[in-house]
Amino acid sequence: MREVRFKINGEEKVVTVESRTLLVHMIREQLSMTGTHIGCDTSSCGACTILIDGKSAKSCTLLAVQANGKEIITVEGLATAEGLHPIQEGFKENHGLHCGFCTPGMMLRAIELLEKNPDPTEEEIRWGISGNLCRCTGYNNIVKAIQYAGAKMRGAELPSTEPEFV
Amino acid sequence: MIKCKTSKEIGGMGHSIKRKEDARFIQGKGNYVDDVKLPGMLHMDIVRSPYAYAKIKSIDASKALEIPGVVAVVTGKDLEKYNLHWMPTLMSDTQMVLPTDTVMYQAQEVAAVIATDRYIARDGKEAVVVEYEPMTPVMDPYKSLEPDAPVLRPDKEGKTDNHIWHWEAGDKDATEKVFNAADVVVEQDMYIPRIHVASIETCGCVANYNKVDNHLTMYMTTQAPHAIRTVIALVAGHVGLTEEKVRVISPDIGGGFGGKVPVYPGYVIAIAVSFLTGVPIKWIEDRSENLQADSFARDYHIKVAMAGTKDGKIQATRFKVLADHGYTDASANPSKFPTGLFSIGTGSYDYNNAFMEADAVYTNKPPGGVAYRCSFRVTEAVHAIERITDVFATKVGKDPAQLRFENFIKKEDFPWKSPTGWEYDSGDYHAGLKKAMDVLDYDALRVEQAEKRKRGELMGIGISTFTEIVGAGPSKDFDILGIKMFDSAEIRVHPTGKAIARFGTKSQGQGHETTYAQIVAEELGIPAANIQIEEGDTDTAPYGLGTYASRSTPTAGAAAAMAARKLRDKARKIAAYLLEVSEEDLEWEPGKFSVKGAPEKSKTIQEIVFASYTNHPPGMEAGFEATHYYDPPNLTFPSGAYICVVDIDNETFEIKVRRFVAIDDCGNIINPMIVQGQVHGGLTQGIAPAMYEELIYDDQGNILNGTFMDYLVPTAVESPNWETGHTITPSPHHPIGAKGVGESPTVGAPPAIANAIVDALSVYGVEHMDIPITPYKVWKKLKEMGKI
Ligand code: FES
Ligand code: FES
Repeated sequence: MREVRFKINGEEKVVTVESRTLLVHMIREQLSMTGTHIGCDTSSCGACTILIDGKSAKSCTLLAVQANGKEIITVEGLATAEGLHPIQEGFKENHGLHCGFCTPGMMLRAIELLEKNPDPTEEEIRWGISGNLCRCTGYNNIVKAIQYAGAKMRGAELPSTEPEFV
Repeated sequence: MIKCKTSKEIGGMGHSIKRKEDARFIQGKGNYVDDVKLPGMLHMDIVRSPYAYAKIKSIDASKALEIPGVVAVVTGKDLEKYNLHWMPTLMSDTQMVLPTDTVMYQAQEVAAVIATDRYIARDGKEAVVVEYEPMTPVMDPYKSLEPDAPVLRPDKEGKTDNHIWHWEAGDKDATEKVFNAADVVVEQDMYIPRIHVASIETCGCVANYNKVDNHLTMYMTTQAPHAIRTVIALVAGHVGLTEEKVRVISPDIGGGFGGKVPVYPGYVIAIAVSFLTGVPIKWIEDRSENLQADSFARDYHIKVAMAGTKDGKIQATRFKVLADHGYTDASANPSKFPTGLFSIGTGSYDYNNAFMEADAVYTNKPPGGVAYRCSFRVTEAVHAIERITDVFATKVGKDPAQLRFENFIKKEDFPWKSPTGWEYDSGDYHAGLKKAMDVLDYDALRVEQAEKRKRGELMGIGISTFTEIVGAGPSKDFDILGIKMFDSAEIRVHPTGKAIARFGTKSQGQGHETTYAQIVAEELGIPAANIQIEEGDTDTAPYGLGTYASRSTPTAGAAAAMAARKLRDKARKIAAYLLEVSEEDLEWEPGKFSVKGAPEKSKTIQEIVFASYTNHPPGMEAGFEATHYYDPPNLTFPSGAYICVVDIDNETFEIKVRRFVAIDDCGNIINPMIVQGQVHGGLTQGIAPAMYEELIYDDQGNILNGTFMDYLVPTAVESPNWETGHTITPSPHHPIGAKGVGESPTVGAPPAIANAIVDALSVYGVEHMDIPITPYKVWKKLKEMGKI
């Protein structure tokens, strides 16, 4: 058993885990933050994506002990008293989710993408989220959601959210 | 533009209102089955067979039981004591829950380990020692029918071969006559490979049996909670789990696509263990277990032929299918339809003669197959007809668009009786294809293609103009285990004019919480924002058969409209009483009744509802509630015209979908944003089998791509930017003229893509390729043909 100290969504935590415990299991089971999901066992799907010291990471592929001394953001830490994070608003306004299972991971991945590249092209977004699978949406509206969030974060004019359904 | 009858504030049909359910999903507050945590809950993991076909010589659990935290190891012999080691499938076949002597496919459940946490359960699983005596599996369905094949199901009394059933539709003799006399006959073998729904959430459950109350609450990933409750009661009624003692809760579901309709052994074992111990048991599949053991679809070998005149008039079609069901027929079709609705495969074309036959066979593959985003085998049928139509067009030397225009059933000929007996309710196929061609500028693309061909470049254009059949179904023909396939809605409006509505269906991402509210808003004029939708809890929702096969809008959506209309009739009576006029003197506009010719005299729906609780007319029942069970008079027949443009690298044979235009006709549209979203998602699930996905087995029955590392679910990079649009031909028999849309794109996209690729390769004389069409397969094909 090992003790891990870290900050998650702004709160200090000390948790005792087995050395083998995966970070995703610690978050979901010990901290009861179930917004971070598990979609595979081969680091392929990205449903478990979180931010760790600002970098997106697949929490199923990290041990809980690797979080020691780090700062973690999960989907539960995105909205503030002022309201939704721009990426959350982007997904909602652009119908960027169906079942919602991939959505937390997708949004956290997108946040890092937008921080590095505030005005990405469609192609950059598609490659940027290619480590995250979505089985429901066909990705069109995820791309739009990320473009919308980028515009909002840059303070640019917001793109239309009307469906182009000719 | 889609016309709306209600204001934006009311948000009835046609408004792209944002989804109500999103608030919880984007904030990590969804409640999926693995999020359910109960006090004292134990975890279950499953020991699975490494062999596709083997005798079990022994199972030694002693080492596992020594591990602190391992509570029990359950085997088939344990379940046998309670007669729970076998279970019925929805197709009246039987399936092992846990084997007592033989395993029939790789990854089959062999034993279950129960432990205090999931890591310890996994340790226990590793420590269970099973001794097998491997046998040679039967992996090829054709070989399975040969006389010397081992009989795979000796458990079935009197079974001497591996044949499951034979099915026919259409007129054999008349069709043969047309074939014999036809100018042109084309024939093609095609394989629609075994694929997987691969919803990002796997399957799982928490079974919670309370010994004191003799009551089971089952949280599970199911698309059909009521049907599951009845099945549990039918299977376990003899041990006391009668239907009033069972509550099935289907929480938020992370994608279903048909894979969460069947009952898998894991669920049953969890129930059995919880029943015996009185402790909640959680079982959550790994992705690899999910890919390897359940939820597979397709696996149809089809020989399809088309006969016609030399100037391109289609006269007849013939289909012969071999269906590989694995070791048991665990499809989830309506009971009377072993091939599902395959007989829609005569297509969108006007001809009178068709004959179809199918045979199903056992092999040593996982059991199935589920209706993956498909109204039961429609995907296979549409692929066959749309591919053979192109083969025929090539043979008679016609442009595939032109040939389709000349053969389409005409708008004025609906309702139209198909050669296999369906009555297509409505459609305008010419309008759909014309629109798709206009969006792309089809003629310009053909010019570009001709120029490219001169330069040796490979470009292809592929069309698919499909007719769908959804909304199962009319009770005359449609049932599952005898239960008719109606669906239901119950609306309760509270005194202040806000409502809750409950349904027998279950959304897995389709957005029911929004679209059902819009249907009720359309009919009653109560703002959709004030209508709460609930599904998935059998203790509260009215009985229904669930969500799959694009049936929710055609059945439960219709029920919502019908229940709302009952309430509107009541509202009219109350308004007449309040306004002291006769009912005939009132007219309705969304949200209020007013007196004809005196519009200032009116009552809003909210005032009327309030009166129903505070001042209802003498002799009338108080309150404002209605329920409706909707039994559809016919199925609905959505259609689509899809065109795909591909470029193929002439050295690497990398295939790039440059453009893809999908024009769908799903009748009246409830929420354009959601319909479009459904189409996008379905298209990506259409490119998947067309170019990437297939579950591959070797001849020893080993799955070669049973993880997400090698089963290629398209990412945002493989998935192109979809271009979508619509035409509207309302269903004449559906209360709101809607038809259903969820599966159309999955059904319609693969042949459009395959046709485009074959069109590009036609310069080499290629006439057909089986999906998934990969660069390697193209290279191999051209090599075999001596073209490169
Ligand atoms: S759960 Fe799939 S990548 Fe982590
Ligand atoms: S919304 Fe269902 S997996 Fe992405």
